[in-house]
Amino acid sequence: MIQTLTPAADWVVILPVVLCLVGGALLLMLRNSGGYLASFAILVVIAVLVCDAQLFARVLAEGPVSMTMGKWLPPFGISFTADLMSAGFALAAAVVTLVVLFYVQMDPEGRDGSTGLYSLILLLLGGVSGAFLTGDLFNLYVWFEVMLIASFGLMVIAGREIQLDATIKYGFLNFLATSFFLAALGLLYGLVGTLNMADIIISAPKANPAGMASVAALFLLAFGTKAAAFPVNAWLPASYHAPPAAISALFAGLLTKVGTYALLRTMVALLPASREILDPVIAVVAILTLLIAPLGAIAETNLRRALGFIVIGGIGVVVSGIALPTLQGIAGSTVYIFHAILTMSALYLVAGLIERTTGETDTRRMGGLYAANAPLSILFLVLVFAAAGTPPFLGFWPKLMLLGAGTEQSGMTTGGQIDWWAVAILAALLLNAFLTLIAGTRIWAHVFWRQGHEGERSEEPNADLRAPGRIETWLGLVPAGLLVAAIVAMGLWPDLLVHSGTEAARGLLDPQSYIAAVGLEPTP
Amino acid sequence: MIETAFAALVGVFFAASIYLLLSRSVIRMLLGLTLFGNAVNLLIFTAGRLTREVPPIVPDGLKVPTEQIANPLPQALILTAIVIGFAMFTFLLVLAYRAYQTLNADNTDTMRLTEPKGGPNPPLSY
Repeated sequence: MIQTLTPAADWVVILPVVLCLVGGALLLMLRNSGGYLASFAILVVIAVLVCDAQLFARVLAEGPVSMTMGKWLPPFGISFTADLMSAGFALAAAVVTLVVLFYVQMDPEGRDGSTGLYSLILLLLGGVSGAFLTGDLFNLYVWFEVMLIASFGLMVIAGREIQLDATIKYGFLNFLATSFFLAALGLLYGLVGTLNMADIIISAPKANPAGMASVAALFLLAFGTKAAAFPVNAWLPASYHAPPAAISALFAGLLTKVGTYALLRTMVALLPASREILDPVIAVVAILTLLIAPLGAIAETNLRRALGFIVIGGIGVVVSGIALPTLQGIAGSTVYIFHAILTMSALYLVAGLIERTTGETDTRRMGGLYAANAPLSILFLVLVFAAAGTPPFLGFWPKLMLLGAGTEQSGMTTGGQIDWWAVAILAALLLNAFLTLIAGTRIWAHVFWRQGHEGERSEEPNADLRAPGRIETWLGLVPAGLLVAAIVAMGLWPDLLVHSGTEAARGLLDPQSYIAAVGLEPTP
Repeated sequence: MIETAFAALVGVFFAASIYLLLSRSVIRMLLGLTLFGNAVNLLIFTAGRLTREVPPIVPDGLKVPTEQIANPLPQALILTAIVIGFAMFTFLLVLAYRAYQTLNADNTDTMRLTEPKGGPNPPLSY
C-alpha cells in the first residue's frame, strides 16, 4: 500500500485533465451567466498549457513521471504516466485548443455559451490529455469515450441537417472502433492478467504469442479506424467538413492524432513482438494510405473535404514510421504527429477564413482571393508546403527522418539484402509528398490565383468576395497567423523538436525508464 | 467446458451484431451496436476467468486467498463499459430520432448530404 502522500510536484501529471474536467463542469453550471464564459474557458486552457509546458520540461530533464491513484501500489492502482511523447502531444493539443478558443469567438453560431460549446471544448481537451497521459489501458478506453461523447456534441452543436448526417456516420463508426478496442483489451487482460501499460511491457513476452498476435491485430483495426488509416477511413471525409470551421480545426488537430498515438504506444512499446507478425499488414496500410489520400484531395472540390484527405495522408506518414520501426523511424512518426496536430488545425482555421470571405464551401465557386486578402494566401501556401514537407517548413524534418529510416532499413546503402517493403514505403513517402504538393497548390491556385469562378467567367474578377471585418482580422487571422508563425519558427529551428522526438522514440523502443518511473521491477 | 460454451455464445453475439450493423436502417444499426457492446462485455467476462460460487474474499488473518476465487476486476470493467455504452447508445438513439425528424430518413442510402451522390467532377482548370 502507498502510505505517503503524492508529492505536490507530481500532481502536474494529472492537473491538465483535472483542470479541464472541473472547468468543463463549472462552465456547464454557469452556462446562463452571460459573457464571461469564453474568458473563463481561455483562462482554464492557459492554466492547462502552463501545466503541460512544465510537465514537458520536467520529463525532458528527468525522464518519465508517474503517479498512481488511491493507495494501491502499481500495477493495481490506476497510474498516470507521462513520457516525452505523451507530454509533447498534450502540450501541442493545449496550444491548438487555445487558438481555437479565440477563433471560435468570430463565429456567431458558436459564441452563444448556452449551447455548452465551451464545456464541450474543455471536455474534449480533458479527454485528449487523459488519453495521452494515462498509463493504464482501460483508463485509455475511458478517455477515448470522454473524447468521443464531447466530439459528438461538438459536431452536432449547430443542429443543421448536414451536421446530423455527419454525426451519424462519425458516431457509429467511431463507437464501433472503441468497442473493438474494448474487445482487444478484454482478450489482453485474459492473456497477461494486467492492464497497467508498464506491467504489460513486462509480462507480454511470457504470454501465448498466437493470442497476443490477435490482440495486436484488433488494436491495429481499432486504432487504425480512430486514426482514419486507408481501408477504414471513410468516416473522416464524410464528417469533418460539416461542423463550423473552428470545430473541425479542433477535430483535425486532436482526434485522429490520439488514434495514431495509441497505435505508437501499443504497437511499438507494448506489443513489439506481436507487431513483427503484422509488419506486412502495417506496411500495406501505410503505402495505400500514403498514395490514395492525396489522390482524393486532388479529385475533391469541397475545400474542407479536400483538406480531410490531406489529414488522412498525414496518418499514412505516421503509420509508415511504425512499419519502419528503427529509432529514426519511430522518432520521425513522433515528430510528425506533433507537426500534424499544429499544421492540420491551422489548415482548417485558414480554410474557415476562406469560406467566410468567399461565402462558399466549393472551390469551383471561389477565386480572386489573392488580390482581396494577401495575408490569407500566404498563410495557406505556407501550410500547404508544411503539410507536403518541403524544406524549410516543419513537415520536412519528420519526413527526412522517416526517409533516413527507410534507406537504412532497405539495405540500399549498406549493400546487403534489399528489403523491398522498405523500398516500397520509401517510394510511397516520396510520392505522397509530391501528390500532397500538387493537391495543395491546386487548391491554392483555384481559390487564390484564379480571378473568378470556374468555367466561362474565370477571367472576370470575383464579385462575391466579402471584405474581412475587424472581428475576422483580430479573432480569425491573427490567432491563425500566430499558429503559422510558430510552425514556421519550429521548422527553422527544429533542434529541440528533433532531439525530443529522438528521445521519445528511444523511450518507446527501450521502455525500461518508463517501467521504473511507474515503480515496477524492470525486466532483467 | 463452460468457457467453450461462453466463447461460442460470444461468437453468436458478434455474428448477429455484425449482421445488424451491415443493414441500411439506422435503428437496426443501433441494435447491432448494443449487441456488439454486449458481446464485448461477455468476452471480457469469459476472458477474466469463470468460477462458480467462490466469492473474492480473503480469509481473516491471511494476505492471499487460499483457493482460486472469482475475479472481481472483469466485473468492474464490464460495469464501466455498460455505463459508457448505455450513454453512447442513448445519444445515438436521440441523434437517430432527430435525424429521422429533420432529414425524414432512417435509411443510410438516402442520407447523402455530406457526400452527395453523383458529385461534381474534379476541378478542371490548372
